[in-house]
Amino acid sequence: MRRRLPLGALVLALAWVASTLVPRGNAGAFDLATFGRLPVLADGRIKPLDTIARTSLLMLQGRQPVAADGGRELSPEEWLLDVFFRPEQADAYRIFRVDNADVLSLFGLGSGDSAGRVRFSFKELLPGLPELERQAQLAGPVDAAARTAFQRAVVELFEHVEYYSRLKYSLQAPDMSDMSAFLDKPGLLAAGRPGFEAMATFSMLRAVPPAAPSVRADGWRGVGQSLLETLSTGAVDPSVRLYAAMGVAWRATRPDTFNAAVGACRAGLSPRFDPAMRRCAFEAFFNRAEPFFTSLTLYVAAFLLAAVSWLKWPDELGRAAFWVMALAFALATAGIIARMWLEGRPPVTNLYSSALFIGWGAVALCLVLERINGNAVASAAGSLIGFSTLVIAHHLSLTGDTMEMMRAVLDSNFWLSTHVVTVTTGYASTFLAGLLATIYIVRGVASRTLDRTTADSLARMVYGIVCFATLFSFIGTVLGGIWADQSWGRFWGWDPKENGALIIVLWNAVILHCRWGGLVRQRGMMALAVFGNVVTAWSWFGTNMLGVGLHSYGFTSAAFQGLVAFVAVQLAVIGLAAIPRARWRSAPGPGAA
Amino acid sequence: MPQTRPSLLGLLTSLRLTVVLLVLSIVLVFAATLDQVHLGVWGVQEKYFRSYFVFKPVAGTGFLFPVFPGGYLLGGLLIVNLVAAHLQRFRLSWQKSGIWLTHIGLVLLLVAQGLSGMLQQDNQMRIDVGQSRRFSESFRETELAVIETTRADYDQVVAIPAALLADGAPIQHPMLPFLVKPVAYFPNAMLRMRAQVADAPPSIATAGEGTGIVATPIPVTTKQDEANWPTGYVELAGPDGSLGTFLVSTMLQQSEPFTYQGRTWRISLRARRDYLPFTVTLLKFTHDIYPGTDIPRDFASTIRLRSDDGRDDREVRIFMNNPLRFAGRAFYQAGYDNNDRTSVLQVVRNPSWRIPYVSCALIALGLLVQFGIHLLASFRRRTGPSPRDRAPGAAPSAAGAGLRPSPP
Repeated sequence: MRRRLPLGALVLALAWVASTLVPRGNAGAFDLATFGRLPVLADGRIKPLDTIARTSLLMLQGRQPVAADGGRELSPEEWLLDVFFRPEQADAYRIFRVDNADVLSLFGLGSGDSAGRVRFSFKELLPGLPELERQAQLAGPVDAAARTAFQRAVVELFEHVEYYSRLKYSLQAPDMSDMSAFLDKPGLLAAGRPGFEAMATFSMLRAVPPAAPSVRADGWRGVGQSLLETLSTGAVDPSVRLYAAMGVAWRATRPDTFNAAVGACRAGLSPRFDPAMRRCAFEAFFNRAEPFFTSLTLYVAAFLLAAVSWLKWPDELGRAAFWVMALAFALATAGIIARMWLEGRPPVTNLYSSALFIGWGAVALCLVLERINGNAVASAAGSLIGFSTLVIAHHLSLTGDTMEMMRAVLDSNFWLSTHVVTVTTGYASTFLAGLLATIYIVRGVASRTLDRTTADSLARMVYGIVCFATLFSFIGTVLGGIWADQSWGRFWGWDPKENGALIIVLWNAVILHCRWGGLVRQRGMMALAVFGNVVTAWSWFGTNMLGVGLHSYGFTSAAFQGLVAFVAVQLAVIGLAAIPRARWRSAPGPGAA
Repeated sequence: MPQTRPSLLGLLTSLRLTVVLLVLSIVLVFAATLDQVHLGVWGVQEKYFRSYFVFKPVAGTGFLFPVFPGGYLLGGLLIVNLVAAHLQRFRLSWQKSGIWLTHIGLVLLLVAQGLSGMLQQDNQMRIDVGQSRRFSESFRETELAVIETTRADYDQVVAIPAALLADGAPIQHPMLPFLVKPVAYFPNAMLRMRAQVADAPPSIATAGEGTGIVATPIPVTTKQDEANWPTGYVELAGPDGSLGTFLVSTMLQQSEPFTYQGRTWRISLRARRDYLPFTVTLLKFTHDIYPGTDIPRDFASTIRLRSDDGRDDREVRIFMNNPLRFAGRAFYQAGYDNNDRTSVLQVVRNPSWRIPYVSCALIALGLLVQFGIHLLASFRRRTGPSPRDRAPGAAPSAAGAGLRPSPP
């Protein structure tokens, strides 16, 4: 029984993974799945409506499902349809997340009935919107980096309200309850001009495809724009008609008419847009399968298995941990490859994908280390990094679509795949060395499990990984210099992100030279390696918080407290390492000091 | 490290010094990164990296005191330390080849960075569609241009660096029949029409348009999206008396004309110019964005390049990540203006630009060789320990109790 444990764990995990990959049908009579796969142009790329729904909800309320009245839960598609076609209903859903108490006080919320809630509906916010706008205008001129928490929260909520309000203008004007009634009556149509103009101005997406697909996708038009053209030509675009029909059917709860319109819309795009539709169908499947979430859960399981293996059944549980981690890794790999295919880009293009890739690279190294050492230490470290980076990635995904278009400066697949991938691998390995060192220190101080063999094996791993990290962060940094020289004429510009990468290289060099020069032994090297975490976290996130320099496109502010807490923990671990070896619970070996 | 006595040589060659210098460099780079918010990237480079010491004003005294070693000093010491250590411990062996390559590359890289700091010129060329240009302009440096326009077929330009205006000493030049006396110089100023300022002080300028303008000095800005407007008053004086005091400013579009002894001149303060041995004509500028967004997708300038010697006359397309390198200068697509009618090219002149490429190749190769040797050794130990791996002089390894300092 015990010998079967690794296989059992793997089979169980596999079965669960398989269950997440099975395409799910529609829960109700409406063909929401097909609706979610319809392609539209938004943020410069063609994506399925499903992505619009999910990224909007993640951005506005930090999660995908929508809580409706009576405990009912709406799918992202149902919510999006309500926003488009039943806005008066959608306004009542509590989808605006507001954490800042001062901002809530602008609306008189946060106390009484609404005490303790963090999500509010558009209706609840409506009376306070003029004041919100005033406050946002006051905060607007302040540098993003210099804003107070209140100013940041005000600006963010204002942008969210604006985003939501514009979303309502995507397929029909919010005050036009039945747009299809307009389409065939020239008099009514002409009267609709102000509404169409508003749609053309505010719409977040372009749903009307061009006659023929083009590489640059600039032929897509918004429904409002298309209707304005109708006013002069008299011809209504078939897509406009079909979206209007969907609206009528959705309002009247008539699944058959709705499904017919969705089907016709889809059929109308084929075969011209087959490649785009295949991508959109796959993207909708990818969104629903959530491979990174599954992977995250598996990393937790792998970590628990590895941690328990140090106490009981080291062999069996250790191998189970390895295989579960390997499965999580395979799933994350598949997810990254899927993103690369969808984007047509190398793996790292923005902060979000750098988090995915740092986790991926560190886990890959851990798989190798675990095969060599087999004491579950690398499994524990790998699953912990895999888990943490996916959590970070999740938080980074809350700002909108994670597959953004690349600005002209960055639009170079060659440099993205060489410089960015190498330097990110350098980050990953520096983090891994720091984590392994943390395991060494914590196990040594707090438990009796750090025997000579384990300590030496950890020391070997940390040393090897630091070498690896030096190599990759150096080559990555240099490639960045060459890219900079090629694209804006200086090899090195002392930009904050460049400086961050340089500090990582220098710090790894410090560790190696300290060790080669005999300035530190095992314990000292571990303490230095832990500080590598601080240095890397600074380079990855801290430099973006300064809000200056060419690399500040990855600007983020919410992560600041997380960074401070992370640094504090690392310093505490270094403090532990400063306790003399003789007082650690694990008995000191003759070679350690 | 055989040296145990505290000799200077022992100190210069010690790994301890290397570690100290590396840690100091980290502190320097980190402090400079933080200070960028206040000083801007150029200010930081001057203060931290292109200096021997970082100076800080001491409150109350008005003096600047060195508080930290600067980039040149740390870089120089690292070079000394590296070279000394290698000369002292020179031993040619395969085991050390990686370390050698890495460190030679490193010295080159430091030298290249020092050279770039001293030699590199960053200019820009703002050019409208259809326009031709044969000079580029500095981003930060300004010059006082005194141009004689007497002859119809050419102009005679005397350019005086703004730093000399700030100095304040009168300037005599063989091509000018008068002295240029700096009266006042402001690195940044705001200009307003005299009529619009209620209680304006009396004008310093006595000639030209400047008499109708009030110049107020304002603090220098280091923000990337703001510009400084250097402004000054200069008096021109011949042996027979003053020609007048002129207001000069980079904010003034027109230069000031004047005549002296029957010759005509124009005077202006302008961005320092680098005249080119060729002419650039902007034929076309395109600026694409992704549909439905304001994210730039591509900028491109199509130019015609004609060299003075007649050897080159061709069309070139300069776009993001694709610069033009010609006559020791590199042209990059940097920006645009005027509703896409003006293209802004960055023009970089750096004779040492190739060195980093060589040094980086050396270092990368060195690191690969060195860690490759480690890896091989560790695999060999795994398959069966061989006594040769413990040979003296071999690079210390992490295996077993090998964490002690290696024997000399």
